[in-house]
Amino acid sequence: MRLTCPLCGPRDRREFYYYGAEDYLHRPAADAEPGAWDNYLHLRDNPAGLTNDLWYHDMGCGAWLLVTRNTVTHEIQQVQAVAAPQAAKKGAAK
Amino acid sequence: MPELIAKSALAGHAPLTRAATTLAEAPMTDITAIAPFPGQTKAVNAALKPLGLSFPAPNGQSSNGPVRLLWTGREQAFLIGAPAPEMGAAAAVTGQSDGWAILTLSGPLARDTLARLVPLDLRETAFPVGMTARSGLNHMAMVLTRSDAATYEIMVFRSMARTAWHELAEALETVAARFDQMA
Repeated sequence: MRLTCPLCGPRDRREFYYYGAEDYLHRPAADAEPGAWDNYLHLRDNPAGLTNDLWYHDMGCGAWLLVTRNTVTHEIQQVQAVAAPQAAKKGAAK
Repeated sequence: MPELIAKSALAGHAPLTRAATTLAEAPMTDITAIAPFPGQTKAVNAALKPLGLSFPAPNGQSSNGPVRLLWTGREQAFLIGAPAPEMGAAAAVTGQSDGWAILTLSGPLARDTLARLVPLDLRETAFPVGMTARSGLNHMAMVLTRSDAATYEIMVFRSMARTAWHELAEALETVAARFDQMA
């Protein structure tokens, strides 16, 4: 498995650390309903198909990455840098 | 304060040569991390100009003789071989000279040896001379630079110097043994 880091280019899976679901990017407001916090902290989807998750390029450039992949076909659809998603989106346009 | 004597991580370690390929420690030199603050690339390049350098693109380097600026991560590069210029408020500048060990692997089996430990495509087209990459040497974090056609420079954390040497020496011995058998 390879991920194409927006900075470093295609790299082996060994260079990356898996962090978890994309939900970590959507932190509720401090005064949000307990239900929103429950969802943020504990509840995760388990899709058969497209999923977004966070990876860290720890052996490489140290960038946080938002990876769109397919759990059925194992296809990696898109890798964006969390810090500059707009710039990465342009680079990944088909 | 008395003048202290700086020692490299593997000071006094003899180089290892197998099948004309040599693993050695490079002499100690100045290493400084330069991390431009947001939007300060222009100011950083202006400060680097007297050294004949500019901030490198990812996987690249800027060099002027023995002085080099290696890209080592998102908005970060290592200045090697010269003291850092005054950066003011343009960049975070951190001394790293005592934090890294630099090894060189040079010779006809250098690439095959590295291929056993490094998860990068090291072929000519993918990793040409002058390229530098942040990657892993087995389980260690590493900055790898291709200095010339048959020479690679391997930077690892100083505390990992002996482990890195052990890994590289073992890989070189194994590759050289196969090479000798085929010769």
